[in-house]
Amino acid sequence: MSSLVIQDLHVAIGEKEIVKGLSLTINSGEVHAIMGPNGTGKSTLSKAIAGHPDYTITSGDVLLDGASILEKEADERARAGLFLAFQYPSEIPGVSIANFLRAAVQARMAEGEELDATAYYKRLYAKMDMLKIDRKFTSRSVNEGFSGGEKKRCEILQMAMLEPKFALMDETDSGLDIDALRIVSEGVNTLRGPDLGVLMITHYQRLLNYIVPDYVHVMWDGRIVKSGDKSLALELEAKGYDWVKKELALA
Amino acid sequence: MTSSIETMSAAPAVGSFTPEAFAAHLASLPPGLPAWWLERKRAAYARFAALPMPGRTDEAWRFSNISGLTLDGFALPAAATATPYAPIGIKKSAKLVFANGRLFSREVLAADLVARGVIVDTLQNALVRHEALVKEHLLAQPPKFGPGKFSALHEAFLADGAFVYVPKGVELEHPIGLFHYALGADAAVFPHSLVIAADQAKVTIVEYFGSTDDTEAQFAAGANDLYAGHGAQLTYIGKQDWSHRALSFQSNSTVVRRDARVQSLNLHLGARQARHESLSQLQAPGAFSEMLALTVARETQEFDQRTLQIHQAPNTKSDLLYKNALLDQAKTIFSGLIVVDPDAQKTDAYQSNRNLMLSEQAEANSLPGLEIQANDVRCTHGATSSRIDPEQEFYLQSRGIDKTTADELLTFGFFEEVLNRLADEDLHAALRTLIQTKFTK
Ligand SMILES: Nc1ncnc2c1ncn2[C@@H]1O[C@H](COP(=O)(O)OP(=O)(O)OP(=O)(O)O)[C@@H](O)[C@H]1O
Ligand SMILES: [Mg+2]
Repeated sequence: MSSLVIQDLHVAIGEKEIVKGLSLTINSGEVHAIMGPNGTGKSTLSKAIAGHPDYTITSGDVLLDGASILEKEADERARAGLFLAFQYPSEIPGVSIANFLRAAVQARMAEGEELDATAYYKRLYAKMDMLKIDRKFTSRSVNEGFSGGEKKRCEILQMAMLEPKFALMDETDSGLDIDALRIVSEGVNTLRGPDLGVLMITHYQRLLNYIVPDYVHVMWDGRIVKSGDKSLALELEAKGYDWVKKELALA
Repeated sequence: MTSSIETMSAAPAVGSFTPEAFAAHLASLPPGLPAWWLERKRAAYARFAALPMPGRTDEAWRFSNISGLTLDGFALPAAATATPYAPIGIKKSAKLVFANGRLFSREVLAADLVARGVIVDTLQNALVRHEALVKEHLLAQPPKFGPGKFSALHEAFLADGAFVYVPKGVELEHPIGLFHYALGADAAVFPHSLVIAADQAKVTIVEYFGSTDDTEAQFAAGANDLYAGHGAQLTYIGKQDWSHRALSFQSNSTVVRRDARVQSLNLHLGARQARHESLSQLQAPGAFSEMLALTVARETQEFDQRTLQIHQAPNTKSDLLYKNALLDQAKTIFSGLIVVDPDAQKTDAYQSNRNLMLSEQAEANSLPGLEIQANDVRCTHGATSSRIDPEQEFYLQSRGIDKTTADELLTFGFFEEVLNRLADEDLHAALRTLIQTKFTK
């Protein structure tokens, strides 16, 4: 069993501290949802864990299976088993989905090992079918001109191909129509299992009806201020963040 | 003894290409070549010897590394004995392989194409068998990128090259492959290809320039003449892959006649210093020239590209897109000029040079220019330099792709806009594969 342990993490962008001492342990097989108001640092947390160079970790640690990943480059972290589904995936003109994913798959192979192109395409097409992505997308440039929903689906396609140990999914549900939400959720549920841990950032309780979380956390001003099971999401939906704010004020 | 004194004085220099070397070259030519050709060669040698080396104040050589231009230490090489390395194979209609300026091997045209009048032969043979055609087109356009010392040198020492003629209305399904190799240290070569697509003919030429050893100092002064007759469609792919210690000059001239379309794509990978001149003359209404180039500049390489789009008739169109990727301490120069003659109304000309800077130490120079004498025209030009987008790079890295591979993918992404202009999938793939070699070296 794998674990991703976030220990008292502090993250700054430039001089500004955004994540202010956040701790969380995710074991494989678990799905954790993080909810929280805009600007509270959810994306910052996920990008910092993924190794974005603009985000400085000022203190704390992130351990994957007991070993710190903070000294590793983003690509090493990914190969070690981390995956970030971006809130705003980049568009990369001129680089086709097929070539991009092939490079990502190849990056995980041993030196000198040859990629079996036939098997690769077979697997790719199977995952695309699962996510109801037109096969023609393989020759399109990564995310270029994709609709918001297509971009999110493409993120899950990559996750399905790369089989991470831990997936950080940043608002994967935003921009999805009702059908797409169902398809993407089914896709994630298919990938869900004892070998995958998920940290799912969302604003909408609706997603949690499809992908039922084991834990729900509320993030506020760079910290987790409340944790519970899926009923917490329902309570939040009913009472809004003001409720959390009041509780915090009382505490 | 005299030559050492000559090289010490400033200019004009002949370096290794002494009168004795020229005499030896003339003596090595086969008998029976037309007298006018030998006369032209002698005149060219005299021009070469009289012209000074380019200087720092020469506008035509602005930004070029003048001190890298040397004529010393080279020699006319002996015939090749080893089989040159054969690059990526795509299906060809015919093939000519030159090594050290001599025909090394060939794959002939299918009999039906020969019967329809298609000719793929050596220039030496064509000078005898198709004298009038050669005389009309061979190096027929005077130098337009400065006084032409290296063009004169090319003409003087040109021994053999390729001659392609596609007669009226004939369309070739597969490209014709022309290969030029320089083999051995200090080898000097003078490759040439003359391609004539007669009215309504359609042909693709793939030309490759390469060395077997990437560490040998070599010298190349090449040229080609492309002629597209009325309604012809000519596609030209040039791949410059000389030794990384070579000094290369290449001067390409394209004549586009009424309603003809020429597409050229030059890929620049090799040489320590390479100058590439490309002239397109749109001579009759409806003529269209698409000029494309891709460069991967590494280490201390210098690629110096000079272009001219000359609109000589109304309703003509040209579209130039040159993209350079610069790494390490590499340097590129792009100097392009669109010329619109007074009566070339309704000209539509476009010129764009884009540089992707992958290193802080690399240097890209851009000199776009317009010279418009007609009033009803549409001309656009521009040059940009950009760096790798860090968000794109992070996106790729977050998928497990290391930084070097990510930058390589992004470079290919940058090139794709040019490669996508090629209609032929196989050519597209072959070019990608060749570019790849430059990254794995
Ligand atoms: N690159 C950056 N430069 C400067 N400030 C940034 C940068 N990225 C994020 N921030 C700031 O950090 C704070 C947290 O942003 P973050 O994107 O992590 O919030 P979030 O919780 O994901 O919000 P949302 O729910 O709107 O996605 C915000 O105030 C934001 O403006
Ligand atoms: Mg966010």
